[in-house]
Amino acid sequence: MTLTKKFAFSTLFFLILTSAAVGSEYIIIQSTTSTQNSGLLSAILPKFEAISGIKARVVAVGTGQALRNAKNGDGDVLLVHARAAEEAFVSDGWGVQRFDVMYNDFVIVGPSEDPAEILDMENATKALSLIALEEALFVSRGDDSGTHKAEKRLWSKTLVDTVSASGTWYRETGSGMGATLNMAASMEAYTLTDRASWLSFANKRNLVVLVQGDIRLFNQYGVIAVNADKHPNIDADGAKAFINWLIGPEGQLAISNFRPNNTQLFFPNAKR
Amino acid sequence: MQNFAESFWSSLTLIVTGDSELWSIVILSLQVSLTAVVLAAVIGVPTGALLAVGKFRGRQAITIFVNSLMGLPPVVVGLCVYLILSSSGPLGVLDLLYTPTAMIIAQTILIAPIIAALSRETILAVHEEYQDQFTSLCLSNWQRLKALLWEARFSLLTALLAGFGRAIAEVGAVMIVGGNINHLTRVMTTSIALETSKGNLSLALALGTILVLIAILVNAAVAMVGMRRHEAMHV
Repeated sequence: MTLTKKFAFSTLFFLILTSAAVGSEYIIIQSTTSTQNSGLLSAILPKFEAISGIKARVVAVGTGQALRNAKNGDGDVLLVHARAAEEAFVSDGWGVQRFDVMYNDFVIVGPSEDPAEILDMENATKALSLIALEEALFVSRGDDSGTHKAEKRLWSKTLVDTVSASGTWYRETGSGMGATLNMAASMEAYTLTDRASWLSFANKRNLVVLVQGDIRLFNQYGVIAVNADKHPNIDADGAKAFINWLIGPEGQLAISNFRPNNTQLFFPNAKR
Repeated sequence: MQNFAESFWSSLTLIVTGDSELWSIVILSLQVSLTAVVLAAVIGVPTGALLAVGKFRGRQAITIFVNSLMGLPPVVVGLCVYLILSSSGPLGVLDLLYTPTAMIIAQTILIAPIIAALSRETILAVHEEYQDQFTSLCLSNWQRLKALLWEARFSLLTALLAGFGRAIAEVGAVMIVGGNINHLTRVMTTSIALETSKGNLSLALALGTILVLIAILVNAAVAMVGMRRHEAMHV
């Protein structure tokens, strides 16, 4: 009986504890998996927290899900990479304003044997066409993430019908970048990935970078404060403080100083 | 195979070096899942008892319903709790989304049916055994219930352990409602999912090994409590 009482007491205590933690100031950042998995956010956010005294809580999901969560009011700031969707988000009134933050690039990776012979091609859409022609395995995110949107945009410039090829050589995983890379590695398939996720991915096996450097593979990240008029609980001041820091000199420097293994993964390009 | 050996060693290293990050994750996992078990027991055991011995219309239908809920997919539970706790949901004002409390709620919903269904089975069996005695002793309904719960206590503990096992192993629901926020809502299973997605397969496996060890410890602790009580009873 005492055990039950203890349990009940600790439950009550824990509930009080967690609700008390809600009182301190924090912002929720809905972000993409690439910024978290690469370690960028855990490297730069402590600097922001130290200066502002605001805690930053990161929910890392695909860009599509991040936008949906923000529309529900479940985040104060968006840090994502799908420009068209971001601009629509702002013009529909869900976000206050969109700012460029940083960029890197997408790369096409695949097995080192390279059955479609796309190594070092300068045109990413031609490379995809060759993969389709060869019917070599290609793994797609298939999850409406920023990378998936970029991939679909590339396919739309080819004559390939990926919808009817789905399930044959074109395989949609419906999961995150990491899970998709794990699958590409074990299936010896091609896939499109952002460079930060690729460089910090530890299970590459036989996968290598085959196509890079095409302007079509440019990957821009943007930051948006979620519109507090839509949801009263949104911390507009906290969001503003974070954005000002991120696109200001200190945040931009922190991004460019993030160099795991001496490789810069994100290049700041905020215009102010 | 190399992954397994490597991850076994790294799990041992993680435990031995007492990595503070790891411990905070382990403690949070236990806090969330144990709290969920207590809450689910408060809901589930009385429900199970009622379904076992109560006489009311629709009992059969409710039993079937509760038994079916044992198969609830965690992701669906997570999604429902998300929609309720979301700022645009009915309980959005409570500001509980992305907190450990949200994870406790999701796990409680997930395991309460399991505890209810297993309690019902257990109490039903005990009830059949003692029914005649109860009648001859002229016990009131309340006295009967107390006696039943007392006689069934060790089997009920197994029901709670089954619930605990599902709660601590679950990833889909806590990922959605907790958000896997570092130092706040990151538990063992969401860490494992995160490390897998980073391709750190041996670290993910190491965390999995630790999760299994925790489950063994909790089960062993409960078994020991049970054994000591058994001994005390027979002395």
